[in-house]
Amino acid sequence: MKQLRRKINGLRRSPKALGIVMFAGLLVVGTGYSTVSAAVSPNREVVRTQEQIDLGKKIFLANCASCHGKNAEGTQNGPNLIGVGEASVDFQVSTGRMPGAASGPQLEVKPVQFTEEDIAAMAAFIGSLGDGPSIPDAAYLQANGDPSAGGELFRINCAMCHNAAGAGGALTQGKYAPHLMNSSAKTIYEAMVTGPQNMPVFNDANITPEQKNDIITYLTYVQNNDSVGGEELGSLGPVSEGLIAWFGLLGLLIIIAVWLAAKSN
Amino acid sequence: MSTTQTKPQKNSFLAGTANYVDERVGASGILKEFGRKIFPDHWSFMLGEVAMYSFFVLLLSGTFLTFFYDPSMAIVKYDGVYAPLKEAMISKAYESSLFITFEVRGGLLMRQVHHWSALLFVAAAGLHMLRVFFTGAFRKPRELNWVVGFVLFVLAMAGGFTGYSLPDDLLSGNGLRIIDGMIKGVPFIGTGISSLLFGGEFPGHVVIGRLYALHIMLIPALILVFLAVHLFMLIIHKHTHFSGPGRKDTNIVGYPLMPVYVAKAGGFFFIVFGVIMVISTFFTINPIWNYGGYDPSPVSAGTQPDWYIGWLDGALRLAPTGMEFMIGEYTVSMNILIPLTVSLLFLALVAIYPFIENWVTGDKREHHMLDRPRNAPTRTAIGAAGVMFYAVLWAGASTDLIATHFKMNLNQVLVTMQISLLVLPVVAFIVTKRICLALQRKDKEVAIHGRESGRIVRLPHGEYIEVHEPLDEYELYKLVDFKDYQPTLARPNAEGKITLGARVRSSLSRFYFQDRITPATKTEIEQARHHAHELEAQVQKAIESDK
Amino acid sequence: MSDNSKEVETSKAAAPAAGSYSDHEYELGLRVVNSDAIADPGLEPHRVRMTDKSVKHEKAAVRQVALLFTFSMLGSAFALWAYFNFPLSEDLSSVRLNTMYLGIGMTLGLMGIGIGAVHWAKTLMPDNEVSEERHLVRGSDDKRAAAVEILAAANQESGFTRRKLIRRTLYGSLALFPFPGIILLADLGPNPGDSLRHTFWKAGTRLAKDPTGIEIKASDVTLGSVFQVIPAGLNPTQKDYLEEKAKAAVLLVRVDPSELKETDERKGWSYQGIVAYSKICTHVGCPVALYEQHTHHLLCPCHQSTFDLIDGCKVIFGPAARPLPQLPITVDSEGYLVAQSDFLEPVGPSFWDRSVK
Repeated sequence: MKQLRRKINGLRRSPKALGIVMFAGLLVVGTGYSTVSAAVSPNREVVRTQEQIDLGKKIFLANCASCHGKNAEGTQNGPNLIGVGEASVDFQVSTGRMPGAASGPQLEVKPVQFTEEDIAAMAAFIGSLGDGPSIPDAAYLQANGDPSAGGELFRINCAMCHNAAGAGGALTQGKYAPHLMNSSAKTIYEAMVTGPQNMPVFNDANITPEQKNDIITYLTYVQNNDSVGGEELGSLGPVSEGLIAWFGLLGLLIIIAVWLAAKSN
Repeated sequence: MSTTQTKPQKNSFLAGTANYVDERVGASGILKEFGRKIFPDHWSFMLGEVAMYSFFVLLLSGTFLTFFYDPSMAIVKYDGVYAPLKEAMISKAYESSLFITFEVRGGLLMRQVHHWSALLFVAAAGLHMLRVFFTGAFRKPRELNWVVGFVLFVLAMAGGFTGYSLPDDLLSGNGLRIIDGMIKGVPFIGTGISSLLFGGEFPGHVVIGRLYALHIMLIPALILVFLAVHLFMLIIHKHTHFSGPGRKDTNIVGYPLMPVYVAKAGGFFFIVFGVIMVISTFFTINPIWNYGGYDPSPVSAGTQPDWYIGWLDGALRLAPTGMEFMIGEYTVSMNILIPLTVSLLFLALVAIYPFIENWVTGDKREHHMLDRPRNAPTRTAIGAAGVMFYAVLWAGASTDLIATHFKMNLNQVLVTMQISLLVLPVVAFIVTKRICLALQRKDKEVAIHGRESGRIVRLPHGEYIEVHEPLDEYELYKLVDFKDYQPTLARPNAEGKITLGARVRSSLSRFYFQDRITPATKTEIEQARHHAHELEAQVQKAIESDK
Repeated sequence: MSDNSKEVETSKAAAPAAGSYSDHEYELGLRVVNSDAIADPGLEPHRVRMTDKSVKHEKAAVRQVALLFTFSMLGSAFALWAYFNFPLSEDLSSVRLNTMYLGIGMTLGLMGIGIGAVHWAKTLMPDNEVSEERHLVRGSDDKRAAAVEILAAANQESGFTRRKLIRRTLYGSLALFPFPGIILLADLGPNPGDSLRHTFWKAGTRLAKDPTGIEIKASDVTLGSVFQVIPAGLNPTQKDYLEEKAKAAVLLVRVDPSELKETDERKGWSYQGIVAYSKICTHVGCPVALYEQHTHHLLCPCHQSTFDLIDGCKVIFGPAARPLPQLPITVDSEGYLVAQSDFLEPVGPSFWDRSVK
């Protein structure tokens, strides 16, 4: 508590100085990072090596071919993967959704089954089969965009399924839009460009990479900032509030009323 | 008055003040009349107080909020501290709500206090109504006060809804949009009414200001008036009390207003306020900053109204597909009209129930003793069915959350709710009635034979019996003191005709009182005691012969 | 045990029927009076509290109450201190701290008083129950007679019953006087006219992205993608922006043209599998924007009406009754998607005369 107090006092004393320092710091770190990352991760297709593709094919044949077919052409049990792109593989496998468990309304997030290298290899293999969305450029995953613009885009394009606070929501026949409270910037970006499962695709003509970064910025803000009002109750809105009103508020008051009306010893 | 006309003692500030007040407003007469009025003590009698106190908290916190809130729908560019809304084009109403939240010290706390106490106000009023219903406190002479209470409940819902809309955020805006859609569905006058309410097309530029006027003037004023009438009638009638030894329809047993009840009830106000405060301190309610300003294009998953409107929203959701039809070239939206009609009918039934029961029983005496719910099995079962009906509609408003949180299929959840709405109230009625009758039977058994002592004795001829201990007279009286009704046949009137009314009343009386457990009589108990004495003698003999 | 039964026997005579009044015997209706009822033993004996018996306990209770009131003072003082020491800043955590510490202080301030007062009442104020007689709610016969007399005199003096003409004209005037007041409300809003039948869409209006207003080319709309659309030229600064947006919001989707089921009448309304539908639910008007890419179902999050986008947005589940209205679209010479015309039917919730031409 003391520390917090001091922090706030400090802020009050020299908000400008602190702001300038912080801004400068961010600028240095941000630009530095983005130039470095742009340097090390240019377009994936260039980096893709034959070794990776061969390793990816091996893993694919051992783990995925039974449903997606030997040449990833798809079977009755799994869709055609030609042209889905590396982003799609990365999204599905690195969130643990793939390999899929017993068939349900939709794939669930599970513990991840493969190492990062294996996932990269599989992505390279699928990517080599046909053009599709590639792994997003790290420059757009910095959460350094405009949270306000991102918030508006999120409300218009995403909130109807994922809820205004990213708490998720129901779809038809047992499907659902997952909550986004733990989703990484990369996962969010890949989901937008690949449209996994029943989620529609948001291509770059619809939401530009910069705007996607804005959306990620907004969601990161929501993820990192707890509600100023206290416990969030799952950000589910009036339903959980109603339950607290009945069972928390009124329940507590009834217990007190029982004490109040009971005879004292 | 004569008591305080003498000069008070010197040095007594209290006496001096009392004298001053009495000589100007005649307070001694009021105090003499009401100071030692008796109030019975039971936890369930505090529920109405919870509602009233949360209303007072609403008045206090709401007044604070009005100092900062601006009900204008003019669009401005947000320039406050909340980064994810910077430069967003929002209404002044939403902007000022954000200002209260982020830039007024204690503003968020007061907003949360106001909203939590609103939820509590309606919840406590509802539970208070249920208490009154299940104990039969609505019977003569309190039928009119039941109606006044009912009006208060409806006003509380109206106050809640008008307040819910004021922040003009995405959530409440979609709530208004639904209201607009419902109004438009009303035949003939729908579009006109909608245009009057919104001052033209939805959402318009006036509706927030109009709801604000209703929310801070008309509705609270009406609530205050009806609350005054409610309390005035409470004083006229005096409070009810539960049946039991020493308690009759002709007396009231409890503690005097001064000092015990003043201390308890006064203290309870602070407790209610304190509990609201602690919940408001630690639990977010209506995080308007998450929703953004109202815009007709977006919507958030999980768009729900506050809990007290939930049952109406549930009714809308549960309407089956394809119920709209045309008469000539006019559209009849039964998918809106049926839920609307069913909800209004339900409310109407609640409002007039006391008169129905009174007509059936024909019992015109004053009832000041409360029933234990089991001792009025049919009424209790009707209440349970009503609660179940309401609860299914209420749950119907959260089908999407039920589906996601219990990993179920949204469509199946909705269909299950539709079936439940028709089936569960009937099940609740039957089960509740059986439970009540079983409890009554058990009470009668215990009254007649006494309580099981756990002492097993073998009689000389080999029979094993458990010895029962008779109850003391107070416990016994608690079990037998209730009002007993029997069904009636339809009787011809003076002209020798059996009217339709008489037939209906007769069949209703059978519906109510066919299954009936009469209170244990003195003779039954004496016989049982006599039998018990004989047994006891045998037992004693057996014990002695054993030695 | 046997003592009890004796007592019951001796008090046989003192068992009046429940709820009897010396005068004004009201009807009992279906109520059965039990002539063989158990007698009321009267109030239970008073149980003495520890605080009444022992000075030690009494003093302890006094201390507890005083302590609770002291807690309250400390809480209120803490809240005052917190108000000044937890100011608000740009940093949102300051809002949390301000709310929390103020709230904690005020809670203590309130609960200390409340619990203290109740504890005082329970432990230190007399706790013997008192019985008070009730009287019938109705006035005594004398009072009623007096009231009737007053009414009769008032009637006599005013001639209310006697002077029929006055009475009837009074009724008439009372019945009519509220109407001018009601008619005043008519200016609350204009006559809706045909505003509900038109939207911002016109032949040639380009489709633009919500909220940026950037116009959309047909080539932008790839398979499986969904665009939230407003008409180009709908400007956020215009006065009726929200009203127009509330009617004109559209959802744009491209599906495989071979999957699309189109009626002959609507054959030309789509462009290479790109279809545009009103987003406003035909039930009560929520935005229907939950699009499932593979099932092509559109779900309304408010009341779960589900529409089949492939099949003319027909209702397949939920309370809505009518399909979502389709916006006929095509492309212009520059490749931008444009509306062929306005919607051909009113969008949004049903209303009484929506089909009247």
